[in-house]
Amino acid sequence: MNSKYNEALKELLYKIADDQLIIGHRNSEWTGLGPIIEEDIAFSSIAQDKIGQSRHFYELLHKLGEKNPDIIAFTRSEKDFRCCHLVEYPIGEYDFSLMRNFLFNNSEHIRFQMLCGSSCKELSGLAKKYTGEIKYHIMHADTWVNQLGNADVEANSRMQSALNECWNLALGIFEEGPYLEILREEKIFSGEEELKNSWLEVIIPKLEKASLKIPDTNTWEPSLGGRYGYHTEYLKPLLDEMCEVFRLDPEAEW
Amino acid sequence: MVNEMFDKSDILKALQDVKDPEIPTISIVDLGIVTDVTINNGSVSVKLTPTFAGCPALKVMESMVEERIKNMGIENVEVITDFSVQWTTDMITENGLRALKAHGLAPPPRLGNKPVQIELLDKVICPLCGSSDTELKTPFGPTLCRSIHYCKNCLNAFEQFKPVG
Repeated sequence: MNSKYNEALKELLYKIADDQLIIGHRNSEWTGLGPIIEEDIAFSSIAQDKIGQSRHFYELLHKLGEKNPDIIAFTRSEKDFRCCHLVEYPIGEYDFSLMRNFLFNNSEHIRFQMLCGSSCKELSGLAKKYTGEIKYHIMHADTWVNQLGNADVEANSRMQSALNECWNLALGIFEEGPYLEILREEKIFSGEEELKNSWLEVIIPKLEKASLKIPDTNTWEPSLGGRYGYHTEYLKPLLDEMCEVFRLDPEAEW
Repeated sequence: MVNEMFDKSDILKALQDVKDPEIPTISIVDLGIVTDVTINNGSVSVKLTPTFAGCPALKVMESMVEERIKNMGIENVEVITDFSVQWTTDMITENGLRALKAHGLAPPPRLGNKPVQIELLDKVICPLCGSSDTELKTPFGPTLCRSIHYCKNCLNAFEQFKPVG
C-alpha cells in the first residue's frame, strides 16, 4: 500500500485508540469512588474494556511500523496524542462522568458500526468485535441518563448542567482530521461529519425521553485541536500520572 | 517424522485440557475461542479470538496453549490472537454451556439473529434453583464476561455469563 494510505490509516487509528485509552483511564479513576458499588464496578469494567480495546489498535499500529503498544501508550508526549478534549477532562462529579460516557459511548458505537464496512479488514474485524462490547456501555449510560433525567428536580437539573458543560467538548469528537479525502476514497472511513449527523439522530430522542434538552445551535462551539495535538491543560497531568511507573524503566520485564 | 503422527482433531482434543483461567470448568475449545488450527510440515499454528478485547487472561491462555501442544512433542508452535472471526456467546458449545452451569454461572441465551437488549438480561433462569423470577442487578460483574442478578425465589445473588452478539 502507498504511504499516503498508511498515513491516513494510522492517523485514524491513533485518534480512536487515544480516545479509548484516555477515557478508559478517566473511568478507572472511579474505582473505589463510585456512588454505589454497582457503579464502581460498572465504571471499572468499562475502563477495562476501553483500555483493552485501545491495545489492539496499538497492536495494529505496531504492524504498520509504529513502536510497540506499551511504548506508544506510555512514552509519547502530549502533542503526539490525538484524543479529543472531552475525554481529557477530570472526572468531576458523577453527573459529569456519566453524561460524558453517554455522549462519548454513543458516538463510539456509531463510529464502529461505520467501520464494520471499512476496506481495512483488520480494522473492520476489530470494529465488529467492539460494537458488541460497547452495547453494554451504552446500555449503562442510557439507563442512568434516563432514570436521573426523569427523577426529581435536583437530579434533572444536575444532568442538564452536565449536558450543557459537556456539549461543546463532545462536538470536538467530530473534528475532521487531515486525511478525510483519502479515507473516503479508499473506503476506510466515511468521515466525522457523517458520524456527527448519525450521532445527533441517535442521542436527541434519548435525551428528550430523559427530559433533557441539547443547547441551542447558536451556542455550539466545538472544542477543537485535540486531533492535531493541541490539548486542554488536563491531559499532561493525566499522562504524567498514567505513565509514571512505566517511564521509570521502559525496558523492565514484568 | 514422528511429528506427522497427529492431525487437527488431536490438537483440538489436547486443547480440551486448557481451561479458562477465570472459569476452570470450561475448556477454551468449548468456550469457542479457538478459531483455527493449521498444521504444516509438523508445525502447528493456532488462532485464538478473545471473548472480550480487554480480557486479562488472554496472554495466559496463549502461553497455556503453546505449552500444551509442546507437551505433545511438537516443537514449532505458533499462537496468534486474531479478530477475523469475532467471538459471540453462540460459539460456546452445548458442552460448554453445561460447564458454565457447573461453575454456578447462568449460561447465556442463544442469540441467533436477536440483538442484545436489556430485556434479554432480565428474567435469567437462576442456576441455583431454576426459577425465572429473577432480576438484573447490574450488567457488570466481577469479570468482563459476567452480569449480576438476584433470584426472588431462593433469595440468592447469582452471575450470568452475559450474552455478546
